[in-house]
Amino acid sequence: MFLKEYLSDIYHATKSLLTGMKRTGYYFVHPKEIITEQYPDNRETLKMADRFRGEVIMPHDANNEHACTGCTACELACPNATIKIITKFDVTPEGKKKKALDTFVYHLELCTMCNLCVEACPTDAIKMGQNFEHSVYDRSMLLKKLNKPGSKIREGVE
Amino acid sequence: MYSQTEILKEPEINSSNSAEGELVINIGPQHPATHGVLHLVVTLNGETVKKVEPHLGYIHRSIEKMCESLSYRQFIYVTSRMDYLSAHVNNHACAMTVEKAMQIEVPTRAQYIRVIMDELTRIASHELWWGALAMDLGAFTPFFYAFRERETINDIMEQTCGARLTMNYMVPGGVMADIHPSFQQKVKDFIKLFKSNIDEYDELVTGSVIFQSRMKGVGCLSKEDAISYGCTGPVARGSGVHCDIRKIYPYEIYKQVEFNEIIETAGDSFSRYLVRIKEMKESIKIIEQLIDNIPEGDYQAKTKAVLKLPKGEFYTRVETARGELGVYIVSEGGTTPYRIKFRSPGFSNLSALDHMVRGSKIGDLMATMGTLDLVIPDIDR
Repeated sequence: MFLKEYLSDIYHATKSLLTGMKRTGYYFVHPKEIITEQYPDNRETLKMADRFRGEVIMPHDANNEHACTGCTACELACPNATIKIITKFDVTPEGKKKKALDTFVYHLELCTMCNLCVEACPTDAIKMGQNFEHSVYDRSMLLKKLNKPGSKIREGVE
Repeated sequence: MYSQTEILKEPEINSSNSAEGELVINIGPQHPATHGVLHLVVTLNGETVKKVEPHLGYIHRSIEKMCESLSYRQFIYVTSRMDYLSAHVNNHACAMTVEKAMQIEVPTRAQYIRVIMDELTRIASHELWWGALAMDLGAFTPFFYAFRERETINDIMEQTCGARLTMNYMVPGGVMADIHPSFQQKVKDFIKLFKSNIDEYDELVTGSVIFQSRMKGVGCLSKEDAISYGCTGPVARGSGVHCDIRKIYPYEIYKQVEFNEIIETAGDSFSRYLVRIKEMKESIKIIEQLIDNIPEGDYQAKTKAVLKLPKGEFYTRVETARGELGVYIVSEGGTTPYRIKFRSPGFSNLSALDHMVRGSKIGDLMATMGTLDLVIPDIDR
């Protein structure tokens, strides 16, 4: 009786190990089912998802115009003080003073990509970009100005 | 191995507190088997474990204190960093607490999306646990098998939520964005892939004689002890405790979906393993019921720009992949919470470790710790 149990144990143990080895062997002879992507080599074909949050960007149109009114809603929504809006006063053709965006300062090194600023923006002036390769040699290079030099607010955006 | 362990030189530990022939060694905080910065002070007699004392605090980021200075919209993103493997469920718990306090009605569409996301997170978390447990026992390849399926979930998350790990997708009132047009098809593809691949897990690991002899009868935790240590989640269910929050206190639409609460009664490492493997299949069942029936409508309820909670105390609990997560908010009526407390499942589960491994060998200590599915940032916060 003891011998029978002993042999049965050996049989089941060997069988369980062989079942596992069979599965490993299957992938050994089917290299096409391996899904690993070799990252730096596939940079040309690598496309991130549309909604991927890599960094905050401010889209400009062909006339170098953006949609930011300088309302500081994003600055208030940000949990990490990543965004600092510096405003100036433009003089309209009627001679009135109007608040406008001077510099959109964005600290990429503080950003956690939580998307709250994009949600808060009333004019859709900022959105999340797909670039994720942010490594630089100096931390100060991560401080960005999002509005391009000489850009101004698009007509009709209030 | 010698460089990773260091003999404590404090005289009071070596002379008065420990008996003759006992050795106190430190495992961690930088040790690959502890899956993070967990520091275990282990008292050994030969290879037999006499006592295990976890030392915490190496990854304490004072998230509870940080939340006190953040608004009710902002504090949710921080909670993704607690239990990063079930980030969705953490966000869900926080959003639910705010909704409960402000009596916001969440649209049905948002509730469906939330539950599907929760269950996908649960599967992803258990996948990683399965790979990591096998790696603790010396099998390296299962990790890659697990990541093959987990990668599919991460891609789904990336497409709909915008991030792979710290999504910040649940907001008070619903979800941040509508699901991606190809979301349903991708989830269905994943279910198909998962169903054909889950059997490989059993072939590779569950049935293996080496694995079973390392797991069966090791790290036993009785039902009474599981309750008295405050264990929740798969750890308690492996000991036969009926504790699934989705069943006892159903939230969102869990009342409408059919699923079984997995309970194993043996209480050893293997039953905890079985609970998680079966839970993955149950999660698939839940997703299958919901994915085709997502109702049309808003994905987010209309809320004010600045949320102000009424004065009072609010508590919500949800079932994460690790157990019961409780969010407790004390509000003074302002825009920021007066106090926030998170009841994390990992902390209570870790407290039972000493009881489970006393008298077993040091190799079993790592195997038992693996079945607890510890996420250290969740324990420390």
